[in-house]
Amino acid sequence: MAAMEGFLTGAELEALGLSLRIAFVAVLVDLPFAFAAALLLARRNFPGKALVDGAIHLPLVLPPVALGYLLLVSFGTRAPLGAFLLEHFGIRFVFSWTGAALASAVLTFPFQVRAIRLSLEAQTPGLAEAAETLGAGAFDRLVSLHIPLAAPGILAGLVTAFAACLGEFGAIITFVSNIPGETRTIPLAIYTAIQTPGGEAAAARLAALSIGLALGGLVLADWVGRRTRTFIGQ
Amino acid sequence: MSADIALRHRLGDLTLDAAFGFGETPGVTALFGPSGAGKSTIIHAIAGLLRPDQGRIVLHGETLLDTARGFSVPAAARRIGVVFQDARLFPHLTVRANLLYGWRRAPIRAGGQNIDGVIALLGLETLLARKPRTLSGGEKSRVALARALLMSPRALLLDEPLAALDAPRKAEILPYLERTVRETKIPMLYVSHALDEVARLADRMVVLNAGRVVAEGSLFDVTARLDLFTGAHRLPGAVLEAVIAGHDMAHGLTELACAGEILVVPAIARAVGDKVRIRIDADDVMLARARPESVSANNVLPARIVALREDGPNADVQLRLKEGYLVARITRRSVERLALQPGTEVFALIKSVTVGGREPG
Repeated sequence: MAAMEGFLTGAELEALGLSLRIAFVAVLVDLPFAFAAALLLARRNFPGKALVDGAIHLPLVLPPVALGYLLLVSFGTRAPLGAFLLEHFGIRFVFSWTGAALASAVLTFPFQVRAIRLSLEAQTPGLAEAAETLGAGAFDRLVSLHIPLAAPGILAGLVTAFAACLGEFGAIITFVSNIPGETRTIPLAIYTAIQTPGGEAAAARLAALSIGLALGGLVLADWVGRRTRTFIGQ
Repeated sequence: MSADIALRHRLGDLTLDAAFGFGETPGVTALFGPSGAGKSTIIHAIAGLLRPDQGRIVLHGETLLDTARGFSVPAAARRIGVVFQDARLFPHLTVRANLLYGWRRAPIRAGGQNIDGVIALLGLETLLARKPRTLSGGEKSRVALARALLMSPRALLLDEPLAALDAPRKAEILPYLERTVRETKIPMLYVSHALDEVARLADRMVVLNAGRVVAEGSLFDVTARLDLFTGAHRLPGAVLEAVIAGHDMAHGLTELACAGEILVVPAIARAVGDKVRIRIDADDVMLARARPESVSANNVLPARIVALREDGPNADVQLRLKEGYLVARITRRSVERLALQPGTEVFALIKSVTVGGREPG
């Protein structure tokens, strides 16, 4: 971060740190749920499966602003769910970075589910049968076989979702507003800079930063993907 | 030490209705039949990977499946080793980790197979650090077999383990399989539709056709029957047991004591006294009413006709030797010309003998 100080102002660095923190929390919170959902969709047939599949993918096609609005009416402090969480657990999402993380998590959930589901469906069913005859029960097979073999999909999903989190704008500004140091991520900071007279230079710097992050992410994703595929013997 | 299997299952066009046993004596029981006969369904049901509509499976006195009581031991708890046709090695694990996968999960009371012993038995010493992706088809088969042995299985099911391999790879694996059969005391059920494999490995044979058991018995008796298969599924010939009686180095020949007679075959590198399996294809047997004097064939065995079965222009003739059976395939015209019928005493002229196989016991 220190090396960046000549290039970015304190407020811009704050936006960068906030963006990274929100994205990290969002993708990590999503991961176990995404794996469970992917496993359900890849392995089970049940009535209403198409509906569940559709609901999981809804954030991909829903306007982010609409999603932000839905979150606001669900988790606002006067909404039943939001009031319940605040009263019993002291959790408040609105006007907080945790709310931004929640919005990002909901929006990027389908990216992780899709990537993991593809890698689970690509696994030969015969391997699970072999593991079963060798004495591995269901949980054992999950840990010793399915998760390691899904590693490329898990990592690809994490990186894609992380990159998507960094670009999230509409849902965050609708749900948790644009508060410096709390919810003003890089995209919101760019928006603010453009709205401010004389802010073009700051907007350009932040845009360049976004490009750098996105490129770095893609290169990292490719490298990690190749390494893990080698690891799992493909 | 035995397994009793009784299964009924509908799968598409096939209605499986089979009951048989295996493992009464240590050694290999071949589950033999054309593709689509239900062999794989039986293997999957015994392993616990498929729940049959109705069935009962008892292994060494322990009930593994009894649909009448709604009882089924899960596959992971059956401790029945399976070697699949496609090996099914775990791609993310090294050969060593693949081998230890079942070994680690075997209960301590199973005694634990000697890891180094099994690795040596199947010649895997140099492969241990490699990933399955880098192995040849034959190497994969050997690793899959070792992995199943190391789980200390109570029975071993081999589901056409060689069917995916070409002839040179098969020839490479068969000696390892023979050693495994000889050196382990695990009852094995060997699924195959290739008689050469069965002739080398099996002691007993269960013949399956269209979901039903059509014959069950010793390898030597079953291979000499005429009524089991016709057309494309016809067995090429009978399997007999022989002992190396001597070598004729000057002529490059080996003498075999077989069925109370001496057979002469091209030299084989085995010690005198060794037991070998031989297969005599029906097309390689000619018949004569009198002992022929001036013929090039070295091997002439006296025999008595047991049964005849006509098949198009040909007829299969089952022959009783002093010990064991032989099958000859001749034309129907020859049958008429020589007036052959059950009970006729004849001489069998044997043109060619396929030698191969382990010494039993």
